[in-house]
Amino acid sequence: MPSKVKKPNRRNERAIFALGNEAVVEGALLAGCSFFGGYPITPSTEIAEIMADRLPRLDDGVFIQMEDEIASLGAVIGASLAGRKAMTATSGPGFSLMQEHIGYACMAEVPLVIVNVMRGGPSTGLPTSPAQGDVQQARWGTHGDHPIIVLSASDVHECLEMTVRAFNLAEKYRSPVILLLDEITAHTREKITLPEPGSFEIFTRIKPSMPPEWFVPYEESMRGVPPMPPLGAGYRFHVTGLTHDVHGYPTSRPEEVQNLMQRLFRKIDQFFYDIQFVEETACDDAEILVIAYGCVARSAHLAVVQAREKGLKAGLIKLKTLFPFPRPAMEKLMQHCRVLVVPEMNMGQISREVKRVNNGRAQVRTLNRVDGQIITPGQILKLLQKV
Amino acid sequence: MAEVTQLIHHYLRHNKKFPHVLCPGCGHGIVLGSLVRSIHQLGLTKDEVVLVAGIGCSGRIAVYTDFNTVHTTHGRALTFATGIKMANPGLKVIVIMGDGDALSIGGNHFIHAARRNIGVTALILNNNIYGMTGGQSSSTTPQDSVSMTTPFGQMEKSFDIVELAKAAGAHYVARSTVLHVKLLDRIIVTALERPGFNLVEALTPCHTQFGRKNKFKTVVDMYKWYKKNALPLDALAKLPEAQRNARVPIGIFVQEEAHSLEDRYVMLRSRLQEGAS
Amino acid sequence: MTKKKELTEVFIYPDWCKGCGICVAFCPSQVLELGPDGKARVIKGKECVNCGFCEYHCPDFAIVVKTKPLLKNYANHAQQGQKAQPQK
Ligand SMILES: Cc1ncc(C[n+]2csc(CCOP(=O)(O)OP(=O)(O)O)c2C)c(N)n1
Ligand code: SF4
Ligand code: SF4
Ligand code: SF4
Repeated sequence: MPSKVKKPNRRNERAIFALGNEAVVEGALLAGCSFFGGYPITPSTEIAEIMADRLPRLDDGVFIQMEDEIASLGAVIGASLAGRKAMTATSGPGFSLMQEHIGYACMAEVPLVIVNVMRGGPSTGLPTSPAQGDVQQARWGTHGDHPIIVLSASDVHECLEMTVRAFNLAEKYRSPVILLLDEITAHTREKITLPEPGSFEIFTRIKPSMPPEWFVPYEESMRGVPPMPPLGAGYRFHVTGLTHDVHGYPTSRPEEVQNLMQRLFRKIDQFFYDIQFVEETACDDAEILVIAYGCVARSAHLAVVQAREKGLKAGLIKLKTLFPFPRPAMEKLMQHCRVLVVPEMNMGQISREVKRVNNGRAQVRTLNRVDGQIITPGQILKLLQKV
Repeated sequence: MAEVTQLIHHYLRHNKKFPHVLCPGCGHGIVLGSLVRSIHQLGLTKDEVVLVAGIGCSGRIAVYTDFNTVHTTHGRALTFATGIKMANPGLKVIVIMGDGDALSIGGNHFIHAARRNIGVTALILNNNIYGMTGGQSSSTTPQDSVSMTTPFGQMEKSFDIVELAKAAGAHYVARSTVLHVKLLDRIIVTALERPGFNLVEALTPCHTQFGRKNKFKTVVDMYKWYKKNALPLDALAKLPEAQRNARVPIGIFVQEEAHSLEDRYVMLRSRLQEGAS
Repeated sequence: MTKKKELTEVFIYPDWCKGCGICVAFCPSQVLELGPDGKARVIKGKECVNCGFCEYHCPDFAIVVKTKPLLKNYANHAQQGQKAQPQK
């Protein structure tokens, strides 16, 4: 079941004015994160700075500033192998540098969280302006065929909530989880209430439950997610980025390669219902459906409310999971929809997915903006009135 | 002297296929033996040792040993090791890298690991070449020698690993050849006993990809070259100045005390906690 | 360590030997040679002075020098081989 956010206990909750980036830190600490390795880059830097202050105050917290983003993710993988819940945060150019290690984490099944606060690109691009240009990179940035989990958040509270979910999913499925934010969401300051520790469901990786001699590190199972011992706990095994057999030893035997690849996909595929989060607004009778994520989802929300006031049957699906793309949630609504509107701050990265899933049923209209400015509610409303 | 080999066998993974994949006479195997003896001599348990290896022929030796083994990415082994050590300072973290691994693609990580004094022992298996990918030049390929990518001779200057480590601030820097294996054992043992970043450079011959192209008829000739040219520091000091340059100094170059990063972190935590209470 | 001859037995595991010739070239007593199959073999086992060079340098852990039980300090060696003894 999806990890549910329980109703907070009113007496213990604490209200704070926080940036999206600060909420990420709060979420991570709630989820049990005790290791951060990173390298400063706008607009994600506050996450590292706050972690540098908070983590050393914990009994076992570690913050380390590495020499670059490749090293940052390397250190995070190492810490995770040693049993920690670990994360890093970065933006565009740094995210590009991390790609090789994202693939390593997929292959070696290392739970970890990467927050990528998107800014204008390509290259150094627009360091202080928002964009949503890294969506397909998050999905396919590392080489080779691989499944991955990509989440997003559209306001400060969601930054906290989705960071907790990111850790839960990473630990549950032994996979890297990428949380895509944008400069606006990360730098918006809003009042949020901090939930009490304990009011969230927290998932921690499952450890082996047999004596070490019987432990087979990558054994097949129903769930497809092998238990994961921390280094040094007596379960000595081999960790590698090479394609490996159930013992972790490199192999190129076709049937063993096939088994590994299929399990890697299966462990994510068969739990789509647990991974795919969307939020629906006024969708039940909607004829025009807006599909949006990140800061654009807030503009879209306002546009849909205004459209309803004007008598248009508009609805909104806010994507909190971008990949695996939440097809089931969408297919249900597409039955009675005339038009799908996909506003995004790139040249059309999620609209590709929408078109794929829509499969010609409804008309798909894109609304793209790549000038470093947010898509406004007015822009979206105008399009809704036109279609 | 006896029982050396049986001892090594005891630390190998019995479900791995032997002989290992390395070429006949490849010095990497000798380093592996030396490492196992050193770990044994210190009485470390298999469970507390983590071997972190890079990518290259050198990186392939980890999988054969019955420790916790992590085969990482090309050049980045030290970054993984840094995370492991900071996350669990109780582990004995040993990093095995090739020269290309540690100094070409991984050069940045190398100088920073030395500078921050993270508590790992870094073993660089320097064969002056990219062995695994078929003999291209590395940043330690000597000037004028021939490789697949320097068919007319290497034009660039090469790194001296010892000097580089010293300049980057390493507190323990030592070098041996695989022929001088007693020295190699000794410097690895010392490195493993010490806190902080410890660098051991092992000169190891790659006849397949380097020797053949550079006038060594057999791999044995390369070992003979070490015998002739590698000289312990004290013996070197006795040579007339003019003759020193041609020799390869081996021994311990730097040995100083300093707190490791993970120790400093523990101190920071207790300071913060005292302040809070 | 003893330099007395005839107190050791030298074994080679041909399956693991790759015939690199290091042991042959450096054995101080010419105990070994490369056979026609390209693998090292013992030819003058009695000449072995138990220097350990071959064991320490075989990159494939294919050569074993066993001390004969009559050797006086065998017990010491055996103990050292089995149980880790921290040097500190
Ligand atoms: C990012 C990346 N670039 C290139 C390679 C290809 N590659 C594998 S091993 C290697 C060089 C190995 O040389 P060295 O580190 O000196 O180790 P040796 O094989 O000589 O022991 C290279 C270039 C790789 N695996 N990853
Ligand atoms: S190519 Fe060179 S480094 Fe690689 S196994 Fe062969 S001899 Fe060793
Ligand atoms: S050193 Fe080892 S592998 Fe080489 S010839 Fe001798 S026994 Fe064989
Ligand atoms: S122990 Fe020394 S003398 Fe005996 S076979 Fe080996 S190298 Fe030769």
